[in-house]
Amino acid sequence: MTARGILSYGAYLPYRRLDRAEIRAVAGTGGGKGTRTVASYDEDSTTLGVAAARQALAAAPGGVRPGALWFATVSPAYLDKTNATAIHAALRLPDDAAAFDAVGAVRSALGALRAGLAGPGPALVVAADIRTGRPGSPDEAEGGDAGAALLVGSDADGPLVAEVLGTASATEEFLDRWRVPGESHSRRWEERFGEGRYAALGARAWDDGLKAAGVLPEQVDRVVIAAAHGRAATTLARGLGVGDRVAPGLDATVGFTGAAHPGLLLADSLDRAAAGEVVVLVVLADGADVVVLRTTDALASSRPAVSVADQVAAGAPLPYGKALAWRGYLPVEPPRRPEPARPSASAAARSASWKFGLVGTDERPLADIRGTIVTYTVDRLAYSPSPPVVFAVVDFDGGGRLPVELTDVDAADVAIGGRVEMTFRRLFTADGIHNYFWKARPVREGLREGSA
Amino acid sequence: MGSHGIRDRVAIVGMGCTRFAEHWDKGVDELLLDATGEAFSATGIRKDDIDAYWLGTAQSGMSGMLLAKPLGLEGKPVTRVENMCATGSEALRQAAYAVASGAYDVAMAVGVEKVKDSGYQGLNAFPIPTDGTNRTLTAAAMFSMVGPAYAERYGIARDELRRVLARIASKNHANGARNPRAQFRREMSVEQICALPAVAGDLSVFDCAGVADGAAAAVVVRAEDAPRYTDRPLYIKALSFVAGNGSGLTDPDYDYTTFPEVARCAADAYAQAGVTDPRAELAMAEVHDCFTPTELVLLEDLGFAERGTAWREVLAGAFDLDGDLPVNPDGGLKSFGHPVGASGLRMLFEAWLQLRGEAPPERAIRTVGARHLALTHNLGGYPGEMVSFVSIVGSEPSS
Repeated sequence: MTARGILSYGAYLPYRRLDRAEIRAVAGTGGGKGTRTVASYDEDSTTLGVAAARQALAAAPGGVRPGALWFATVSPAYLDKTNATAIHAALRLPDDAAAFDAVGAVRSALGALRAGLAGPGPALVVAADIRTGRPGSPDEAEGGDAGAALLVGSDADGPLVAEVLGTASATEEFLDRWRVPGESHSRRWEERFGEGRYAALGARAWDDGLKAAGVLPEQVDRVVIAAAHGRAATTLARGLGVGDRVAPGLDATVGFTGAAHPGLLLADSLDRAAAGEVVVLVVLADGADVVVLRTTDALASSRPAVSVADQVAAGAPLPYGKALAWRGYLPVEPPRRPEPARPSASAAARSASWKFGLVGTDERPLADIRGTIVTYTVDRLAYSPSPPVVFAVVDFDGGGRLPVELTDVDAADVAIGGRVEMTFRRLFTADGIHNYFWKARPVREGLREGSA
Repeated sequence: MGSHGIRDRVAIVGMGCTRFAEHWDKGVDELLLDATGEAFSATGIRKDDIDAYWLGTAQSGMSGMLLAKPLGLEGKPVTRVENMCATGSEALRQAAYAVASGAYDVAMAVGVEKVKDSGYQGLNAFPIPTDGTNRTLTAAAMFSMVGPAYAERYGIARDELRRVLARIASKNHANGARNPRAQFRREMSVEQICALPAVAGDLSVFDCAGVADGAAAAVVVRAEDAPRYTDRPLYIKALSFVAGNGSGLTDPDYDYTTFPEVARCAADAYAQAGVTDPRAELAMAEVHDCFTPTELVLLEDLGFAERGTAWREVLAGAFDLDGDLPVNPDGGLKSFGHPVGASGLRMLFEAWLQLRGEAPPERAIRTVGARHLALTHNLGGYPGEMVSFVSIVGSEPSS
């Protein structure tokens, strides 16, 4: 019988960090210690998902192409339209690969993972979120933005880096956090209520999961708890008596990243785990889900090019005002230039391989090729969701030139000769149409987004 | 096959040009009536005496009816043309060729743009549905990439180049200050311009053309008919046009220090006109100074200066009003702003005044007399993807 599990994984953290201490000075309340990640104005859950999936695919065993793409998010860029199709296009997946969204709640991520694991064939399970909250709210401070991707399949598809030994779930209807569609923030019930429910549900799923996996509690090497309720994770770990084996979270640096969090924390643990370790993923979100895994010898040679810890260590500060403006909580006066027109659906469809895949007329996948800045300019007049526009003429390694916008960059740091890599972004939104295309960003050694 | 031109076969016998300004109280109709009215007066003819009209406007209206309606034309062919920022020049080119072909005896080229009704800053293109992958930089930012590239290639310090570009702006503003039809009539010193903050690359607002409304018109007839209308016609020596294929955008060999479309266009124009040494033969030139680095590069692409030397000649004053070859004696786009459809004909209007000795004394160039040729150059687009127009006109028929 074939084993199923994880073939490769990847994670993506946006470049910008908000120092939580900045919040209270402006909002009069909220904030806290440490930092959280903040997606750029040109990122959304779809582009974060693309960035994470590129890491996972670049680390995948040769020749493995997913037959299905699952995308989970609480913050979809579109409703009544599948977001996974844009990810599918940006990843240049074959058109016979399915693409599905699992949208609306953190728990959707585990649904997507379970669907991917159920097979048949390899599946790419992507999750990403932009966590918002009203200025001064706990969600604003405790949230973070990220993407995570797991390529799952069987050992017949390629060497597994972690085999799934068993899964379990526990479900119960209760209110801990909720949001009415259309709102930009969630609401929370009094914390102690959810804490109790999650502790009970988590314990039940833990027991069932370990039983399904045939693993005894003392055989567990690492426990990864991703909880939509901060205190519930601590309470559960204490209750299970595994506090010493719980993998450190990313609360102090990244924040809780919603649907991306299970994959992000699992990726961080796989970055650190040795072969043969039993890793238990526990997700507390509207119930409890447990996935029991055992790492393999293949893990050491199949890790993504950049670790979660490396991405945590990188990043640059973002003033709170910009963070508010980027999320729409502080509408800033736009340049006195017309807003761009909406892209044409039919024109975009005709050029889909260029627009989404950055495949040029010579069929080269420019998305995966680095380039060098030939010349550049800073445009303080042009329309942009976050002026000024920093723009460069980029020559790709091995030939080809593209005049292209730069992102994740401070204008003063751009220089002729600078090295850049391509990143999938949302240029602007017009008439409700998100205009996706590629930008270039500085190569920061150890932080490669594209394939190896 | 060949580009033969229509040297001396067509003459310009009358022109009109509005003041270029923020004409809050004038629409397209009024601007058209003003410019054509002046041209009619100059030639002593009426609208019905014109056999065919060409109307250049980039985006102030559609079709020939834009002109037929305000003028109340009866049964006249009016062709609306568009070729980006070279639209006004394109109207002249079509009208002149129509007369040269023998199809019409008298034709009028009109250019107009009503820019200031948009409510936005700068020039803004009519949105054409696309896949959304085209860059959305301003023209200022696109042309701002020329400066650093030029400085790098010829080993010029950045602050030195800053002064060169400011010198170009200062020269054009000095000329415009002497021109009652210009939008901006204030002199600006190099020091004042250098002190301004950058808005796109290293360019400040004073490195950019203004934004204005305006219109201009020209009446063209067969050269042999010209004496019926004026004793001082301007003969068309060359009309040249090149539409680039955009390859400069993606060509790694393109270095942003030249506009190849312009160089090709100029070579064709010089061949048509029989000009071999433009620096010595031209009395003046009106060039498309949409941004100061554009004029710098044009001086070389049009053959007024050797490659890599225009910046020195600019500093030495070679292209000043009293220089060796006056460039933009009317003040250029810098002083006039750039109502897209009108600019090309506005340039021609300065040649009309200067070569005929009608420029006011404070702006009259001293090269006229010894020389009798003028060049106008008009471009549209951006470095790497542009259209270029060059005309050469002269006050004397060729010997």
